[in-house]
Amino acid sequence: MTSLLTVQNLSVGFGPLTAVSDVSFDIPAGACVAIVGESGSGKSVTARTILGLAGRDATVSGSIGFDDTDLTHSSPRRLRALRGRDIGFVSQGALVALDPLRTVGHEIADSLRVHTKLSPRQRQERVIELLESVGMPEPMLRASQRPDQLSGGLRQRAVIASAIALNPRLLIADEPTTALDATVTAGILDLLATLRERGTAILLISHDLAVVSRLASHIVVMRAGVVVESGSTQQVLREPRHPYTRELIAAVPGGLPHTGSPAGEPVVTATGVTKRFGSRVAVDEVSYELRRGRTLGVVGESGSGKTTLARLTLALERPDAGSIELFGEPWTAVPERDRTARRPRIGAIYQDALSSFDPRLTVRQILADALGPAAELGRRVTEAELVSLVERVGLNANVLPRHPRVLSGGQQQRVAIARAIAPRPDVIVCDEPVSNLDVSVQAQVLALLDGLQREFGLSYLFITHDLGVVRQVSDELLVMKDGVVVERGETEAVFAEPRHPFTRALLAAVPKLRR
Amino acid sequence: MRRPSVVVSLAIVLFIVIAAIAPNLLAPGDPLAIHPGDSFLPPSLGHPFGTDESGRDVYTRIIHGAGASVLIGITATAIGLGLAIVFGLLAGLGPRWLDFGTTRFLEVLFAFPGLLFALLFIVIYGPGVLTSTIAVGLATAPGYGRIIRSRVLVVRRAPYLEASLVLGRGRFFRVTRHLLPNVAGSLFVLATLGIGQSIVWASSLSYLGLGAVPPAAEWGAMLSAGRTYISSFWWLTFFPGLFIVLTAAATTLLGRGLQERVRS
Repeated sequence: MTSLLTVQNLSVGFGPLTAVSDVSFDIPAGACVAIVGESGSGKSVTARTILGLAGRDATVSGSIGFDDTDLTHSSPRRLRALRGRDIGFVSQGALVALDPLRTVGHEIADSLRVHTKLSPRQRQERVIELLESVGMPEPMLRASQRPDQLSGGLRQRAVIASAIALNPRLLIADEPTTALDATVTAGILDLLATLRERGTAILLISHDLAVVSRLASHIVVMRAGVVVESGSTQQVLREPRHPYTRELIAAVPGGLPHTGSPAGEPVVTATGVTKRFGSRVAVDEVSYELRRGRTLGVVGESGSGKTTLARLTLALERPDAGSIELFGEPWTAVPERDRTARRPRIGAIYQDALSSFDPRLTVRQILADALGPAAELGRRVTEAELVSLVERVGLNANVLPRHPRVLSGGQQQRVAIARAIAPRPDVIVCDEPVSNLDVSVQAQVLALLDGLQREFGLSYLFITHDLGVVRQVSDELLVMKDGVVVERGETEAVFAEPRHPFTRALLAAVPKLRR
Repeated sequence: MRRPSVVVSLAIVLFIVIAAIAPNLLAPGDPLAIHPGDSFLPPSLGHPFGTDESGRDVYTRIIHGAGASVLIGITATAIGLGLAIVFGLLAGLGPRWLDFGTTRFLEVLFAFPGLLFALLFIVIYGPGVLTSTIAVGLATAPGYGRIIRSRVLVVRRAPYLEASLVLGRGRFFRVTRHLLPNVAGSLFVLATLGIGQSIVWASSLSYLGLGAVPPAAEWGAMLSAGRTYISSFWWLTFFPGLFIVLTAAATTLLGRGLQERVRS
C-alpha cells in the first residue's frame, strides 16, 4: 500500500529548545496511526507541524510528504488549500474550538464556503448530512444552536463534522476524547472507526494507550521529543521493547483491583441529601456511609451530581433536604462558625490543583499556611516539618521556594496532597484528583494516595468519571446518574455483576487495552 | 522589561521624583527670586528654559514645582483609591443589598464627568491646593471603585479561597492573607496609571485658578500665569506644559508596562 503521509527525520525546535527530534513514520492511505506519549513528549507539536501550524518561532527540518507534495517546503497558500480540503484537523480543545457566537451550522459550513462552489442551500443540506453522519441527534435543531447549548460530546462531534466536511483523505485528531466522559468517549471512538472504514486515514494523538489500542493499526511512542518505539499495535502492546512503553502499559488503570484495609467506625454519614439549583435537582436523596480507612468511589458522567455531592460533603453547599454528619456530630446542619474548628479534619484535593493555590504564594508559604492550624499556638512552622511533608509526598525539598505554576501537573497535585494531609485530617474528599494527569503520573499519584491511606488510616471520598481509576482505589462504589444513586456496593461486586443498565453501559464503554 | 518606552519612562519618572524630593540637587537657585532686569529672556545656556515676566528662572521653577505637582498627584490618587477600596470591598464582600446600593451610588457619581465633579466640590469648599487635591481624589474614586469591586468578586470566587476555607481558616485570615493581596496586585498598576491622570487634573484646576495660585511654582499655575504672554514668549507655557505631558505619559507607560508584567 502506498503511503499517504510520510514524515522523515522531522525535527522541530523553538529557540534553543528541541521539541521534536528526528521523528519518522508514515501513514498508509486509509490506515490509523497513533502517536502516544505524555504531555511535553512532542506529539502535539508533531501534529501541528504537519499542518504547517508550528508557528513562526519554530525551526523545522526534515521532510513531510503528503501524496507527492512536500509540506515543509510548501507556501502558506498551498498549505491553506490542503488544510480543510485534504487534511482535516480535530484539535485538543474541543470545548473551545468552536466560535461561541456563531451557530454550529455556520461553523461547519465555513470550510464548504471557502473550498467549494456549493450554493447556500446546498451547503445547508450538506451540513445536516454531515451532522447526521457524525451521529448528532436532531441535526436540524443542532445546526442552528450555538456551542454553549451543546454538551461536550456533541461539541466534539460538531468539530469532527467540520473537519470531515470536505472528505479529507487524512484526519489529524489531537486528543479527541481527553475531556470527555467514558460513554461519550466510546461514541467518538466508534465514530472515528467508522470514518477509517470509509477510507479516511487518521493520525491519532493521545496519551491514553487504551483509547489508541481500539483504533490504531500502528503505534508510535514518543518521549521527550524522540520516538522510543514504533510498530504495529499488537506488537507494541504484546511485546513492548522499550521500558518506557512497558511503563505506559502498566500504568493503564483498571488492571489491579483495590485491596482495602478493614473498615473502622463511620466517619462521614450522609442521610437523604438533596440539593437543587433552581428547578434542577443536582443531588437527589443520596445517602452513604464512609468508614475509617476505606475509600468510597463515586462514579458518574459530568452533570451526574458527583461534584455537588463532594461540595456538600465539604459543607461548601448547604443541602436543601437531608444532612451530613461528621463523626456522628452535625456537620451541614450547623452554621459555618461551628464548623471552622472541625474543618481541618476533612480535607480536599481538587481536579485543577493549580487554581486551588493562591497565585502569589510559593510552595513553602502554601504548606506553612496549611500546617499552621495544626501546629500549637504561637509556634512557628519549622523548616524540618516542611521538608518532611514534601518528602512524604515524593517531592524534593527544592520545590519549596518555587511557585506551583512552574511545577509539572503531577508535582502540583503532590503539593495539593501535601497541603491536604498537613492538618492531619481523617477524611479527604478527592474530586477527580488524577483526571488532568498523564497515565504514568496518574498511577504514581494513585499509589501515593494509597500509601497515605494505609499510613494515616485516611478515608477517601473519591469522585471520578474514570472507572479504571475507581476500581483501582475504592472499596465501595456509588454510581450516580442525574443526581440519583443508581447502583451501590462493594467495588468488585459491582464490576463483576452490574445490575443497573447504566452501570452496564458505563462498564462496556471503558476503553480497554486490546492486545 | 527591556522595552525602550518603559526604560525611557522609568528615567523620566526617576528624574521627576528626584526633582520632587531634592529639587536643589537639580536646580540650586530660588524659584521665587525675582530679577526684574532679566525678564522674558529666551532659553539660553544660563537659563535653559528662559525666564518669566519677573525674571525668575523657568527651569528652577519647574524643578521646584515638581514637588507640589507630584504630591498633589499622589495624595489625590491615594484619596481616590482609599475611598474606592472601601466602596469596592463593601460592594464585593457585603450582602447583596449593600452591593446593590454601593454600586448604584458609584454609578451616579460616575455619571458626572470627573472634572465637573471636582469643580462642584471646589465651588462648595472654596479653592486652594488642599481642596483641589481632595476634589481630584473624589472624582477618581468611582472609577477605581468599580474596578476593585469586580476584582473582589473574581478573587472571592477563586478556588484557592475555597481551599483556604476547607483548611479551616477563618474569614479574617482569608480576607487578609488571600483576598486583599490578590486585589492589591492590580491596585498597584491602577495607582501608577492614576498618578499621571491626577497630576493633569490638579494642574487643570490650578490653571483655572482653583488650586495653587501664582507665584507658587506649580505647573498648572505657571501655565496659567504664562498664558498672557503666549503669543510673544512661548517658553513660559511650553516648558510647564511639556512637564505635565511628560509626567502623565511616563507614568501611564510605566503603568502599562507593569500591567503587562503582572499579566504574564
